[in-house]
Amino acid sequence: MEILVCVKRVPTVGGKIAVTTDGQEVDTRASGFSISPHEECAVEEAVQITERAGGTVSVLTLGPEAAIEQLRGALALGAGRAVLLETDGREFGPIVTAAAIAAEVRDRGYDLVLLGNEAADTGDYQVGVRLAHELGWPVATGIKNLTVSADRVVARREYRGVEEAYELPLPAVVTVKEGINLPRYPSLPGRLRARRAAVERSAPAWAAEGLRKEALRVPESGKHQAEVLGQGVDAVPSLVRVLEEMGVLS
Amino acid sequence: MTVLCLTELDGGEAADASLRALTLGRSLDSSALAAVVFADSASVPAGALAGYGVTDVYVIEPGSLEGYAPQAWARTLAGLAAETGATAVLAAGTDRGNEVLAHLGAITGLPMAANCTLVTPDGGQTHRLVRHRWAGLLLEDAVMEAPVALFTVATDSVANVSATPAALSVHVHKPELAGADLVVRAAESPAGAGGVSLATARVVVGGGRGVGGPDGFAPLEELAELLGGVVGVSRVVTSEGWRPHRQQVGQTGTKITPELYLACGISGAIQHIAGCAGARHIIAINTDPGAPILGHADYAVIGDLHQVIPALVAALRAR
Repeated sequence: MEILVCVKRVPTVGGKIAVTTDGQEVDTRASGFSISPHEECAVEEAVQITERAGGTVSVLTLGPEAAIEQLRGALALGAGRAVLLETDGREFGPIVTAAAIAAEVRDRGYDLVLLGNEAADTGDYQVGVRLAHELGWPVATGIKNLTVSADRVVARREYRGVEEAYELPLPAVVTVKEGINLPRYPSLPGRLRARRAAVERSAPAWAAEGLRKEALRVPESGKHQAEVLGQGVDAVPSLVRVLEEMGVLS
Repeated sequence: MTVLCLTELDGGEAADASLRALTLGRSLDSSALAAVVFADSASVPAGALAGYGVTDVYVIEPGSLEGYAPQAWARTLAGLAAETGATAVLAAGTDRGNEVLAHLGAITGLPMAANCTLVTPDGGQTHRLVRHRWAGLLLEDAVMEAPVALFTVATDSVANVSATPAALSVHVHKPELAGADLVVRAAESPAGAGGVSLATARVVVGGGRGVGGPDGFAPLEELAELLGGVVGVSRVVTSEGWRPHRQQVGQTGTKITPELYLACGISGAIQHIAGCAGARHIIAINTDPGAPILGHADYAVIGDLHQVIPALVAALRAR
């Protein structure tokens, strides 16, 4: 089974998130970078599938040269091959991103492409679907359980309390969500192997899309510091009164 | 000028998320606001839709297309958009809404903006919009140039507001589909415990690291049941395997929009805030008066949830 996993380098945001003064980027002066939890799970899922069924996991990212750090992270977890689609720092939109990934898939040939359901930063919710249309492959999104056999996958998710099962003939694209597995930690031999591994590179061309970012900003929350009702069980009568005022006690 | 809105049903009624999408769709001020419903004509909630300003309902009956098939739903929207000369097609930013509109973007080759909070026509083929990034922790101001604007609505940021009921016509629509549109379709079966869903619950009792372990959730469950709500948890709780991932509130879990979110033993990482910021009221119960969650809550009790929750349950039972 030849599997491609697509990941994206994004800032690691913890306590707060801020925007650069020109309003174009997240301020990363005080943050590291990582891939999103959905994508960590996509890497883990691919590694587990090849551990059972054989084959190779390739990991791909579209991003700046620094994103090699994220490729090495996936190599340390068991991916065998890494591909950097190098950008010049500009933000690629979902249409151009999907086309660039499709070119790599056509070149190499894969049975299965896994992505996170949505990128943590842009949240476009569409690269996997557009990729599938480029390739003429079936696609399932938001998947939290995957069963792979020789010529098909069964992909499951929950929606409004109902389990949906999708049967897809291979080759196929599947976007996954956190919860599909519990990702492992990298082993020391894995990290050493990752450090030495070669990274294949190409540089797709940027192009404008019909949706253009003007600026990013932090929303005004309208919330202020909470009013403290009291300490411990002594606060319970006030708490009951507040619940009553909110109309949640029927 | 028509605006088309994919309208989902939930338990026989128009889904709350879709009513929020219709509210935003109505703000585009088109001459026709059309709901697209995949259901039996008899089960279309026409009265409720009219109350949100819907002027036309296009019904795709199970005889034409049974069940959920994302690409076929998108193909249907593409056909209707061409037939009605639609200037915009939208859906709620749910798993299905985002998926179907992504397919529609791919089918038409047009851009699609996910999770918008505001969309304004700006002459010609231009729409100005505001959309979520980082699950709503940031907003993006953007401009869309397209003959048909495709977008989904951030349902935790847009309220559902009813309108003066419009006169409403129902049309049964038969889509033209290709075989490839039907390759991927959902086989549905009841999941998990059922009951109230986290995404639509009126009250959510949240538990975080402070719960202490998988055995600490019983009082939270009891409180949730008393309040007619459900339990939600923070990411650490699911990463530790204390509770199933489907209960996670946050950027990589479920985004909630309850009347009340009672966050117990949750410090409030911003990825968690992204999931609960749509709550009308937030109350935090935390031992740490400096916990970030207090900066997002209306009220707080400083104390140990293991004492406060049972005392609250007792007080509510005694009423």
